Amino acid sequence: MATMTYRDALRTAHREALARDPRVFLMGEDVGNYGGAYAVSKGLLAEFGPERIRDTPLSESTFVGAGIGAALGGMRPIVEVMTVNFSLLALDQIVNNAATIRHMSGGQFSVPLVIRMATGAGRQLAAQHAHSLEGWYAHIPGIRIVAPATLEDARGMLWTALEDPDPVLIFEHQALYNMEGPIADDAGPVDIDRAVVRRPGKDISLITYGGTLGKTLQAADTLARDGIDAEVIDLRSLRPLDMPTIVDSVKKTHRAVIVDEGWKSGSLSAEIVARLVEQAFYDLDAPVARVCTAEVPIPYPKHLEDAALPQPPAIIAAAREVVGHRG
Amino acid sequence: MNPTGDEHGLRLLHKMLRIRRFEEKCAELYSAGKIRGFLHLYIGEESVAVGAMQALTRDDAVMATYREHGHALARGIPMDRLMAEMYGKHEGCSHGRGGSMHVFDATARFYGGHAIVGGGLPLAVGLALADVMQHRPRVTACFFGDGAVAEGEFHESMNLAALWKLPVLFLCENNLYAMGTRLERAQSQIDLALKARSYQMPAEPVDGMDVIAVEAATKRVAEAVRRGEGPAFLELRTYRFRAHSMFDPELYRDKAEVELWKQRDPIMTFTARLEERGVTTPEMVAALDASVADEVERAVQFAEAGTWEPVEHLLRDVYTPAVPQPARVNGAA
Repeated sequence: MATMTYRDALRTAHREALARDPRVFLMGEDVGNYGGAYAVSKGLLAEFGPERIRDTPLSESTFVGAGIGAALGGMRPIVEVMTVNFSLLALDQIVNNAATIRHMSGGQFSVPLVIRMATGAGRQLAAQHAHSLEGWYAHIPGIRIVAPATLEDARGMLWTALEDPDPVLIFEHQALYNMEGPIADDAGPVDIDRAVVRRPGKDISLITYGGTLGKTLQAADTLARDGIDAEVIDLRSLRPLDMPTIVDSVKKTHRAVIVDEGWKSGSLSAEIVARLVEQAFYDLDAPVARVCTAEVPIPYPKHLEDAALPQPPAIIAAAREVVGHRG
Repeated sequence: MNPTGDEHGLRLLHKMLRIRRFEEKCAELYSAGKIRGFLHLYIGEESVAVGAMQALTRDDAVMATYREHGHALARGIPMDRLMAEMYGKHEGCSHGRGGSMHVFDATARFYGGHAIVGGGLPLAVGLALADVMQHRPRVTACFFGDGAVAEGEFHESMNLAALWKLPVLFLCENNLYAMGTRLERAQSQIDLALKARSYQMPAEPVDGMDVIAVEAATKRVAEAVRRGEGPAFLELRTYRFRAHSMFDPELYRDKAEVELWKQRDPIMTFTARLEERGVTTPEMVAALDASVADEVERAVQFAEAGTWEPVEHLLRDVYTPAVPQPARVNGAA
């Protein structure tokens, strides 16, 4: 058992992947000399050389597209995009090419590409570096969307994503990079298609992922002191959504709150509510509630940023209201 | 006329005729409702795809646009499978999933058929990167039009390919119009080779209406690209005789201009050159044309006899089927 940060776990995953498979390489803005905007790839250039740790120009569309092309050409590229906001410059390549080529070619070509990017707010980076747009990507058939919220997932999801023959987008919440904890020395690959119950409970299901998992677990601890036994589900995979795990939980608790740093309108949280209505309507004893980011571009000042984001008090309040509701 | 002999000249003529007659039939089939969606014809530009493909080996890759029937045929995708794709039949080269704009063929290393202008360029850069990283002496030929030059992806891709010395052959088919917008109305600098040279790669304009000129230029630069000297750019000056697509009333150009370019019809002028040199006679050309008409007819029959993919297959190939996932080693509560 070693102690490391989420960032270290990601770096270890990269190192293992690069050592294991000569087809794997990393490219993106400042992944080499600079060591990665979030220092995930620090040291990898010295270890693996400039052929496999490639600094790119600020050309998101082209280096993401080149990742698709290299994947078509037999490589296993990892493309790092600095933040989800910047990935919008590569949206054409992700949505029109990576997601479509297998289907459009009648299954002749697949795109074994991994795209990693930082997402989420909490570091006063304002409205062009801090949005949570992973829910948008989860709208698109043809790609997989995962969000590691733990050290084990940070280390293990990359491995599995690289073995997937289709494009996988990994969303790393920027507040998690410094999260530190113990991890088994032999931590290995994990599945990338199932949700996990992080805290079992019987009174209410709190459904979340990524950067809000910690806040939700914190809220669950507070609720426990009030005698409310909350179950916390970490979605892990945003596309596909593991509905059986979610529905099983709701069938047990009959109540649900979704915590998502995305906005509510037209969102992943809306999708989960809709599917619960479709698949578990008669198991629900109360309306489903959502705790999401306020519908504003993320503001710079800390007090406003904090007020915009889902916080434990709001999660606790929503859970209490749902539990208090008599069905 | 050409250093490679009469037989080669005849072969080039045959290849151009196959594209011309195939597409004339497609236009007919479109009117008959057999082909739907958008249909963009390459008629008038056949010399570009046919000439350029002569520089490629079977191991090289081709990236093309939505006006790619000519490239597909010149690359060797069987005409019957291409016609079946036009119909949307399961026997098509993309199994009917793509249609006219999305031709794919793994055997021919034909990577589409891309209908987002400029969107194929980054993919070509990536294919070339994969070749370099796997030490394969291959070339990726990337076709695009003058319209793509206005896209950011053009500039990003030219820069990255040159920066990393990747074996991409950028083949810009300048037919003067981006849909209905003439080059001068879209570009502050209409010398397209100049743009490419600013990225430190060799670039030159070529008479795209002359199949021999296209072949010679492409072969010359492709060899340098293959030797590892980095990417190269050719501006292939050509003209589309037909409308942009079947829905285009052609309000943006004069009929006189079209007629003037038709005087330079690449098939007509090349046929005349072959006859002048005594390589062919009108009878031989007529016989060649008749054999092409037969091939087109057989392709139509193949497409007509093709099958519709069962609706139960609708969701197939959105993802690769059943990827085995590792047992969860960690991660459970």
